[in-house]
Amino acid sequence: MPRSSVGWVAKVIAVTRKDIVSEFRTRYALNAILMFALVTLTVISFAVGALEPSKEIMAALFWIILFFAAMSGLAQVFIKEEESGTAMILKLSSEGTVIFFGKLFFNLILLSILAVLIIPLFIVLLKTSPANWGIFLTGVILGIIGLSGATTIIAAIVSKATVKGALFTVLSFPVLMPLLVAVIEITKVAFLGGGYKEVWPPMQLIITYDVVMITLSLLLFDFVWRQ
Amino acid sequence: MIKLEVENLAKWFGPRKVFENISFALTQGESIAIVGPNGSGKSTLLKLLIGFAFPTRGRVVFSDEGKKLDFDSYRRRLALVSPYPALYGSLTARENLDFFARVNGDLVTNEEIDQVLAQVGLEGRGEDFVAAYSSGMLQRLKYAVALLKDPSILMIDEPTSNLDEAGKKIISDLIESRRTKSLIIIATNEKEEYSLAEKLCRLGG
Repeated sequence: MPRSSVGWVAKVIAVTRKDIVSEFRTRYALNAILMFALVTLTVISFAVGALEPSKEIMAALFWIILFFAAMSGLAQVFIKEEESGTAMILKLSSEGTVIFFGKLFFNLILLSILAVLIIPLFIVLLKTSPANWGIFLTGVILGIIGLSGATTIIAAIVSKATVKGALFTVLSFPVLMPLLVAVIEITKVAFLGGGYKEVWPPMQLIITYDVVMITLSLLLFDFVWRQ
Repeated sequence: MIKLEVENLAKWFGPRKVFENISFALTQGESIAIVGPNGSGKSTLLKLLIGFAFPTRGRVVFSDEGKKLDFDSYRRRLALVSPYPALYGSLTARENLDFFARVNGDLVTNEEIDQVLAQVGLEGRGEDFVAAYSSGMLQRLKYAVALLKDPSILMIDEPTSNLDEAGKKIISDLIESRRTKSLIIIATNEKEEYSLAEKLCRLGG
């Protein structure tokens, strides 16, 4: 009897779903990311909380916490496949684009969970909150899309290397630099209570960055993944 | 009808020559055993055939009715059973089978999964986590993943690795049942497994 076939979107969902189920059973990346974020946040709140740092510094601290927490876990999406020996069978089972988008959405979900947990803790522990929530959340959403897009391809490259953890951060930092500068600018405006007119240039930059990064990653991914 | 042509294939790792001048042709319904001692390059040759490594010289061409197939076209029809690639330990056997079928583009029913599990002697073990499987059960499950794909090209590295006598019998029956449907390539150093294929390709002298 001929089987029903599954479309491209359903295949991508299958990869993301497999990673989510696997992650919630093993807590391979989630624990690392959350623990790193909580520890950093606590240390920062003790170190600078009493000093009442400026909104500009607060904006930078928020993204430093998110960036380094992401660095501690996002690479696992491919490293886990290589280390557990499942990469080869996965390569034979689906197209590169399916794997890329499946992993990208998984990283996006992981970062969204992180952001949802970090934002209230940041506000409570550092006794600050954005004056313009709309701009703040727009910046966070665009920022985590850019972070996921760039780190997914870097994670695929790094998973083939011997010294994976350090290499991931070292490779990611220059690639993510323009994104971080732009999201910090948006967050700063959000904390200071500015309007959309002020954040439009960095937002344009981030949107362009996200589109270029995801397109480039997609073009490169097949080559990286099959090696 | 899938055809595989291997022409003057050679692989060197730096100054070390693994093999050279490997040539053979195979069509769907035929089988070949790549044989040789440990380190003779059997697994490397399989990787070259799949497209996961590049030859130093020579070429590998998969075609269908005379039309050359690219990686994605033959990957869809290829299944690999090997002791090295693993399955997902944090998923159950059923979840593994469903996942691999789904990402390959097939929607399989629970009945189909039960049927394929029974074929490899794992009936009733579908809800067990793969991490709890023994190496022999894992090897059987890899055959189940391959069978569910209904492959036109079946590559098997060390076919009876980790299997007990009952497992060996099941697997040789399975290979027999695929003989007319698939192009089968077996890499082995066990002499009794040479008979699983019609042709021989000897490596390492």
